[in-house]
Amino acid sequence: MSTQPLADDDRDQPLYEATKKVYPQGVSGWFRRLKWIILSICLGIYYLLPFVRWDRGPYLPNQAVLIDFPARRFYFFFVEIWPQEVYYLTGLLILAALALFLMNAVAGRIWCGYLCPQTVWTDLYLSVERLIEGDRRERIQRDSGPWTAGKVGLKLSKHFIWIMIAWWTGGAWVLYFADAPTLVKDLASLEAPFAAYLWIGILTFTTYALAGFMREQVCLYMCPWPRIQAALTDQDALNVAYRYDRGEPRMSLKQATRIKAIGEPAGDCIDCNQCVAVCPTGVDIREGAQLGCIQCGLCIDACDTVMAKINRPTGLIAYDTDQAIKARACGTTPPPRRLVRARTILYAAVIALVGALMVYGLATRSMLDLSVLHERTPLFTQLRDGAIRNNFTLRIANKRPESRLVSVSVSGIAGATTELIGANPVPGRPGVVEVGPDQTLEFKLLVTVPRAALDGPKAMIQIKAQDLTINDIRTVQENFFGP
Amino acid sequence: MASHDHNHDIDAVSGTATTGHVWDDIRELNTPLPRWWLWTFYLTILWSIGYWIVYPAWPLIANHTRGVFGYSSRAEVAVELQQLESVRDRQAAALRTASVDDIRNDPTLLRMATARGRAAFGDNCAGCHNQGGSGVGVFPNLTDDEWIWGGKLADIQTTIRHGIRWEQDANSRAGQMLAFGRTGVLKPAEIETVVEYVRSIAKLDVANGADLAAGTKLYADNCASCHGEKAKGNPELGAPDLTDAIWLYGSSRAAMVESIANGRAGVMPAWGSRLDEVTIKSLTVYVHSLGGGQK
Repeated sequence: MSTQPLADDDRDQPLYEATKKVYPQGVSGWFRRLKWIILSICLGIYYLLPFVRWDRGPYLPNQAVLIDFPARRFYFFFVEIWPQEVYYLTGLLILAALALFLMNAVAGRIWCGYLCPQTVWTDLYLSVERLIEGDRRERIQRDSGPWTAGKVGLKLSKHFIWIMIAWWTGGAWVLYFADAPTLVKDLASLEAPFAAYLWIGILTFTTYALAGFMREQVCLYMCPWPRIQAALTDQDALNVAYRYDRGEPRMSLKQATRIKAIGEPAGDCIDCNQCVAVCPTGVDIREGAQLGCIQCGLCIDACDTVMAKINRPTGLIAYDTDQAIKARACGTTPPPRRLVRARTILYAAVIALVGALMVYGLATRSMLDLSVLHERTPLFTQLRDGAIRNNFTLRIANKRPESRLVSVSVSGIAGATTELIGANPVPGRPGVVEVGPDQTLEFKLLVTVPRAALDGPKAMIQIKAQDLTINDIRTVQENFFGP
Repeated sequence: MASHDHNHDIDAVSGTATTGHVWDDIRELNTPLPRWWLWTFYLTILWSIGYWIVYPAWPLIANHTRGVFGYSSRAEVAVELQQLESVRDRQAAALRTASVDDIRNDPTLLRMATARGRAAFGDNCAGCHNQGGSGVGVFPNLTDDEWIWGGKLADIQTTIRHGIRWEQDANSRAGQMLAFGRTGVLKPAEIETVVEYVRSIAKLDVANGADLAAGTKLYADNCASCHGEKAKGNPELGAPDLTDAIWLYGSSRAAMVESIANGRAGVMPAWGSRLDEVTIKSLTVYVHSLGGGQK
């Protein structure tokens, strides 16, 4: 049998395309200004939020947003979450996902273009690069040229500032996990826990790598969101789009004058490539909506600048819907854009529903928790007078920031008597325990019932914990075992 | 059929050298291990030789090579245990000075002692008294309110420290249930009579026609000195209450006859010589907290 040799071009072709370095050009305009404002707000929140204080009384930390791992608490302004309530965080994540869906249905990749940390930090890094190494043309020239002392100096200072930014990023991150002012002091005096330095190191590395080097690669290859968004968008969603109905056929200014003179159609696009030069992911918007386009709007600014210069109307690249452009290209009037449609109504409704459920849950959640564990060895004990005793381990969690008096009682079997062991007893008040602020109290509850009160090997009892000052009651059903 | 061809030529299709092995006209391509892999492999061999030299490695007949670093995982564990002990000592300081009553009345000390006691109970006591002190067979249940030798904190502490009928400890709990039958003090018929009397005061079923009057007299003459006139027992002597519902050796007639005929003498080791004072206090408080502890 003869074998067919593989063709050379099939065999030697690499399996992936070599990365083309993107040199985004500086641009100014409405969207650039908007992006600066959003960037300042996002970074401002990130860096300053740990220092915001929130008074929770004498027993709890006064940091507005704090993830307290040693004490196992999460604080968010007026909300305090215990580990067993971590589903509220899940709810928050669901809300965040739904908000992204809604954003997408209304105006495309708002998240990618303006809010995503990858975009924000990359933008910051790019502006540092531009400040030190100059704009696009200068950087391309220098990178292709030989290594000189000046080039090394510029590169070193750029990387130094990048690492400083990365270091501050990691530094702010750890402040969410401990009292921020104390930790800042400890970090400065090298007395902070090792974990703090380790996490600053990790975050410094990831920020430096992601914003300094990987940049658009993150959006193109690592992030699942662009792929999901392709399925979420529709013909009514606003997207940054090249209006080909107006731009095509593209040609130079001079040629357009000539073509127009003979009565042939000429588009507004003069093929100046400015939209490509400013793009942070290096795509050509004129090829239509695509995975690589994060819809940051910078090409709109670039194109508008050019259009203004050549006295053509701006908005050749603009936020527009796919179907409007299609309609205009066919010479028909585009249908009015529908903001209110099944997709947006559905997303908004689900957001409202999840939000309402969470608010309801938070507002009505019990600040008192009771959990009961039945002693297994032995299941029951027979006493001298024949009475039967069962032992239970009780945990009462007081989620309020003040000490509370809680009475523990048992019902369900006539003649049952109780004894508490290891609780914080309140003198002169049997059956009452004091649970400290924001604490869990564990103790033993011994329940004894007369032999005659049990008519089988098993009966049900109700163990009740009741706050003595406010109306807060928790009841747990438990088995009571006998011979 | 397989032929062996030593002509190592180049495969025309792939451009790769062949090994010269041909089976049914199929030639084997020579694709050796990558260099970096091979060198890493050699490096690990070198590393292992260094490892043999510096760390304990080769088993010998009686022991093993020690290695030039003198490393020993046992020594490492010993150091870690030492560190653990020093951490525990800080906690134990409060328990060492406090009395068992102080511990019982202080919720913080009680929690600490109960935790230590639970661990020590599992290590030392559960073998006989079962997990959680529920007792098994002739080893008493520690969660009920029947205490042969007393159920106050001090009683429990003494019992743990000195044991019961433990010969090596002079202060061990002593007391004897005589073998009334074996020694001929009571005849078999008398034993049966006294058993029926005890059953009557324990509210157990009594045989028809039992001579309770004779039983009463036999009890008063032979048993009351230890178990008391009203049979309520005497913890000083380790004589149990005979009127309650708890029968360590069983409440059947046969078990009761056996107890009277041959006596009973359960033994518990003295733990004072084996466990430190803090552990004994912790065990005391833990056992007391199992539910039957007396005030």
